[in-house]
Amino acid sequence: MPQPVRANLPPLALHVPEPRFRPGDAADFTEVTVPPAGSGRRPDPVEAAAGFPELAYGLVRVLDENGRAVGPWDPRLSPDTLRRILRAMALTRAFDERMFRAQRQGKTSFYMKSTGEEAVAVAATFALDRDDMCFPSYRQQGILIARDYPLVDMMNQIYSNTADKLGGKQLPIMYSAKDYGFFSISGNLATQYPQAVGWAMASAARGDTRISAVWCGEGSTAEGDFHSACTFASVYRAPVVMNVVNNQWAISSFSGFAGAEATTFAARGVGYGIASLRVDGNDALAVYAATAWAAERARLNAGPTLIEHFTYRAEGHSTSDDPSQYRSADEATAWPLGDPVRRLKDHLIALGEWDEERHAAQDKELAEFVRAQQKAAEANGILGHGLHQPLDSLFDGVFEDMPWHLKEQRQQMLDEEAASGRPWARKPA
Amino acid sequence: MTGTDAQPSVAGEDDRSRMNMIQAINSAMDVTMGRDPAVMVMGEDVGYFGGVFRATAGLQKKYGAARAFDTPITEIGIIGVAIGMAAYGLRPVPEIQFADYIYPALDQLVSEAARLRYRSAGEFTAPITVRSPYGGGIFGGQTHSQSPEGIFTHVSGIKTVIPSNPYDAKGLLIAAIEDNDPVLFLEPKRIYNGPFDGHWDRPARNWSQHPDALVPEGHYRVELGQARTVRAGEAVTVLCYGTMVHVVLAAVAEAGVDADVIDLRTLVPLDIEAIEASVRRTGRCMVVHEATRTGGFGAELAALVQERCFYHLEAPVERVTGFDTPYPHSLEWAYFPGPVRLAQALKKIMKD
Repeated sequence: MPQPVRANLPPLALHVPEPRFRPGDAADFTEVTVPPAGSGRRPDPVEAAAGFPELAYGLVRVLDENGRAVGPWDPRLSPDTLRRILRAMALTRAFDERMFRAQRQGKTSFYMKSTGEEAVAVAATFALDRDDMCFPSYRQQGILIARDYPLVDMMNQIYSNTADKLGGKQLPIMYSAKDYGFFSISGNLATQYPQAVGWAMASAARGDTRISAVWCGEGSTAEGDFHSACTFASVYRAPVVMNVVNNQWAISSFSGFAGAEATTFAARGVGYGIASLRVDGNDALAVYAATAWAAERARLNAGPTLIEHFTYRAEGHSTSDDPSQYRSADEATAWPLGDPVRRLKDHLIALGEWDEERHAAQDKELAEFVRAQQKAAEANGILGHGLHQPLDSLFDGVFEDMPWHLKEQRQQMLDEEAASGRPWARKPA
Repeated sequence: MTGTDAQPSVAGEDDRSRMNMIQAINSAMDVTMGRDPAVMVMGEDVGYFGGVFRATAGLQKKYGAARAFDTPITEIGIIGVAIGMAAYGLRPVPEIQFADYIYPALDQLVSEAARLRYRSAGEFTAPITVRSPYGGGIFGGQTHSQSPEGIFTHVSGIKTVIPSNPYDAKGLLIAAIEDNDPVLFLEPKRIYNGPFDGHWDRPARNWSQHPDALVPEGHYRVELGQARTVRAGEAVTVLCYGTMVHVVLAAVAEAGVDADVIDLRTLVPLDIEAIEASVRRTGRCMVVHEATRTGGFGAELAALVQERCFYHLEAPVERVTGFDTPYPHSLEWAYFPGPVRLAQALKKIMKD
């Protein structure tokens, strides 16, 4: 070790963040500040962002401990709408369970659950218009489910089977559904952020009325794309709702490695002059209310909003991850903001608009529905059964028109097929 | 091929005027913006000021700030936003002020623009044309001189175009903007104002005497993927593009070599037929670029020629390139593949 140059000064020390709980520790979140539901003001949607910086450090909450909706952010949704949101969230959870199991059964290579984060995608989607454009990260399957995208098509994509609308070209769960206002998921982190801002800028430049919404995890806010997007969104007052899903974990890296020890993620927006809200992400009504507020702000040409959804990733990052290796097993149950499905269910019950029996019956119905969809999808094949895509489709879509070098390489591939003695499927003539 | 709902071309022989490269590039954007409301330009200093090289001069005044505007200094943002605009249905022409500054945007270009069509099975596409001045010879030092084309030709899903004169610059840029795939359009800034024969110690020339500086005022296309023979000859094939086209023409004239000089114009997709036909005839091939040598596009050209024309070759394929160093400031003419390096290579390849 080199000796300090100046012995009369204290040596510098490098701070490397460390989460509070590791495997074997009892998780205790009493240090997490949870303000009472209903606290915090709701500014007018066109108010200048400088007027409410405190909302970037607080926590917008609507549902209280008794399942009641309270305070200025209560979106006052009809019982029917509440039941539809609850159903979409429960369906997302059932879908995740089934597809996680399908991966474990070897039917596909990869899956990512959104357990505990269903409100962040589903309730936000209910607050957007059907033709608003969503630029999701990889954990917002709830958007597609909230927009009634056919589950069987999601599963076909997960299985890369003969009915996969993406032709087996993308990793499972990296959906693309233009007709449902759902942009192609990249897999590279936060790249969708400036793209969503660009889409919103184009919409504004053309005098359209549609807005865009974008999601990334708290970990990806460290990417340059996030900051470039914030700059563009602020500069051009782009009509975009920018969501940061703070689920505390980026694979094994806790939120401290993205800066959570120093400030909130909503506070990132304050420096850009962007309206910034920090929201209880497990409170479907708070998510809905914040999104509706941001969407109204965008539609009134009052600019973008950054929403941090404070939530918890209740399961592993993906099927390739084992969170028991790096975090306390207690965390999900000790999480102070509870479970989003249970909280919305309790609210509906408190309203006298739902009961445990109906909920149990719905869970059963949804599980059966998902199972039936899975059966239909598997009729088109599963990844493990191999070669579903026509061999000659491999080179399609690199360019609109295939140049000579790709044609030559395609011929080489077809020659290899002939040499292998194992004929492959072909595109229909 | 063309993805615009634009009007048919109206250019005739009689509406040509003399333009330099900047004026021709400006005219290409003007013409496409006039024909297709989806076309828009953006970049650092691009709007009111009209670009540090003046390539977008007048466009904001003519088409409004919503279609020609300045951007923050973030290349990730410029390209990422352009991709989002393209996904909406626009046809953005973002400018990266110097190709040396394109690297922050690499992920957006390589992982996003180039793959969007493939990964979404054609649901979303990124018909953007990224314009960027490149190359040295202007005392730009290591941050205003680089030739990064080889980084992009290595990527599937993006086209790379490099013009060498005003006529091609306009026609290629129009074709690039109208193309439905992402195009990197690299502009050799050393020849913006005039052709350059590599003799840095002689007076600079402008485009006023050059036949390829007579440019139609209206719409026309120079199709992507088509090379052009700029000097027909029988002794050796020289493959080049951008600034080096002019340096090569001067060098073969000075050496008295009857070279077949091919301006590739588009690197991806490459005009392989033109290359093969020429090399089979001449039996010799020299590839020339200003970019660094190792892993450069010249290596790809040399490999293609030996794969396809090996039994016609009478000498090894010769590569003439820049050195594998950063672009030096004060020693740039020692770095630049100029007349001496070309003369020696010509001598070597003609010896066998």
